[in-house]
Amino acid sequence: MDLFEYQARDMFEAHGVPVLAGAVATTSEQARAAAEEIGPKSGGVTVVKAQVKTGGRGKAGGVKVAKSAEEAEQFAGQILGMDIKGHTVGTVMIAQGAQIAEEYYFSILLDRANRTYLAMCSKEGGMEIEQLAVERPEALARIEVDPNTGIDEAKAQEIVSAAGFDDETGAKIVPVLQSLWTVYRDEDATLVEVNPLVKTQAGDIVALDGKVTLDENAGFRHPDHEALEDKAAADPLEAAAKEKNLNYVKLDGSVGIIGNGAGLVMSTLDVVAYAGEEFPGQPKPANFLDIGGGASAEVMANGLHIILGDEQVKSVFVNVFGGITSCDAVANGIVGALNNLGDEATKPLVVRLDGNNVEEGRRILAEANHPLVTIEETMDGAARKAAELASAATN
Amino acid sequence: MAIFLDENSKVIVQGMTGSEGMKHTQRMLASGTQIVGGVNPRKAGTSVDFDGGVSVPVYGTVAEAIEATGANASVIFVPPAFAKSAVVEAIDAQIPLAVVITEGIAVKDSAEFYNYSLGKTTRIVGPNCPGLISPGKSNAGIIPANIAGAGRIGLVSKSGTLTYQMMFELREFGFSTAVGIGGDPIIGTTHIDCLEAFEKDPDTDAIVMIGEIGGDAEERAAAYIKDHVTKPVVGYVAGFTAPEGKTMGHAGAIVSGSAGTAAAKQEALEAAGVKVGKTPSATADLMREIMKELQK
Repeated sequence: MDLFEYQARDMFEAHGVPVLAGAVATTSEQARAAAEEIGPKSGGVTVVKAQVKTGGRGKAGGVKVAKSAEEAEQFAGQILGMDIKGHTVGTVMIAQGAQIAEEYYFSILLDRANRTYLAMCSKEGGMEIEQLAVERPEALARIEVDPNTGIDEAKAQEIVSAAGFDDETGAKIVPVLQSLWTVYRDEDATLVEVNPLVKTQAGDIVALDGKVTLDENAGFRHPDHEALEDKAAADPLEAAAKEKNLNYVKLDGSVGIIGNGAGLVMSTLDVVAYAGEEFPGQPKPANFLDIGGGASAEVMANGLHIILGDEQVKSVFVNVFGGITSCDAVANGIVGALNNLGDEATKPLVVRLDGNNVEEGRRILAEANHPLVTIEETMDGAARKAAELASAATN
Repeated sequence: MAIFLDENSKVIVQGMTGSEGMKHTQRMLASGTQIVGGVNPRKAGTSVDFDGGVSVPVYGTVAEAIEATGANASVIFVPPAFAKSAVVEAIDAQIPLAVVITEGIAVKDSAEFYNYSLGKTTRIVGPNCPGLISPGKSNAGIIPANIAGAGRIGLVSKSGTLTYQMMFELREFGFSTAVGIGGDPIIGTTHIDCLEAFEKDPDTDAIVMIGEIGGDAEERAAAYIKDHVTKPVVGYVAGFTAPEGKTMGHAGAIVSGSAGTAAAKQEALEAAGVKVGKTPSATADLMREIMKELQK
């Protein structure tokens, strides 16, 4: 889960990372009130910043320096509702103004390839880090961090030295990096990025903009993290699926997909997309939905309910490999689910079962003889059938 | 022979007395695995009876279980919140193989126990994996033993159900060992570890490697194959149609910007001389041709 800048700022502050005063506003009136409160800390100057989970908001006009509370109100009015790379701005942060002397870069992230953490630091902050990494890789220090020892004072010193800071500035940055490490470790983050980390004209080190990604698997340690979720931005079908503990991702196609196991479902999406190329309108998968190993009637019904709630869906492909669960249980699950759904089930279902006790599974489906259900023997054949049905319903 | 697991493997189960642990211990026993003990500090000294008249003793710690039974592998079903300490305990007890089935472990915990294992004696498989099976010899995890029998194909896969699917497609040939390495961002045993072991295994003639979007494990495996693997390798990659920035079921299955795409993985594998199938059945066909050629 990615956080908004203001959420990252608050998290930084809670862990002792130096940040500037900031408050959020969802209306221009609130922005004015916030600027009246915060402005006096920086000679009346505030920065109005769009809160969107994407880069490039400055170029898009989503960050403006206001010289007065009136100006902050006016800018907030312009920025709220603005579209930045497909993200609608619903919130702005009113931040204290800063007299910036220098801009740096720091991040710590999960390094999957080396199965460890990686700290990256540069004296040249402010620009996109991907660009810096390509254009001037020598300016970006990359230091491995052992997950079990983290960034202690010595490691922080190693990082600032590798980045080429002078002793005086380095000494000021070291404790900030240690605090950012505590954010990473104690909040179960997979990314903590500060860009820019600035030195003010007064010589203080401040995290001016932050990006934090949290590990959702660590939610059990952090009951407070749930409140950080941006529920308003979630796709309604994805939100409904999440409530039912279903692993669902909405896509932009017309063939609904249900399968068991993440890998098999990903593979099913691909096979459906290839099959779709053969038919008019080139139907594509409408979603990812992994119902897991169990595939009980209840879970199957929940899954079908979500998929049939997607108006784009014209056909449904149920692709189950009976490994741990045997196919007769899955077949009973499908029949039970269709009974539970009753009139709600209106789209044709193509079912492919394979694996454990497959003959019995197919027999149960054949015997139920549900008018919407077609049984196919192979995954490729079933994908073709589901694509054909979706194409016929659309074209 | 086989890799990592064979008829001499003596397996203990951490979390055996939970519902998943019970269910799968029963299945492992039924497929001929030597299950020599369970571990649960609160139930130490008791034993659990399974169908078929087998009684499995429960020990308080992994170290005690090894001491009493000579166990050399552990399968871990402990819930996510307690999984790290279970793995650390297994590492401290110097068990040679720890298979972590548990799904949903925080990546910090995995990063910590994996790095803790470095320089020690324990090979970790997983987490969030179905484990591994050397058909007819031993089964450590949840891979159904009745899909395919013993044979000369080695299989390594990030995905559980694609492992089952591929074993099913190639059941006419059978497998030396099939390893589900798991789809989490940090895993203990990689594609490369398995490729290296299969290359050395005299009972493996050819290798199927299954990958999916996210990270660069497949690209690294491709580079390894080019330099070190002489046996034929067939590959499959899932997730060509996955959108950027969305996690597809497995915590590690995510395309970030232009990194981790299925297309890049396929390209890297093909550049290393690996035949990559477009679908699971097309992949199985490629392997079928190779096996028929080898059997001539």
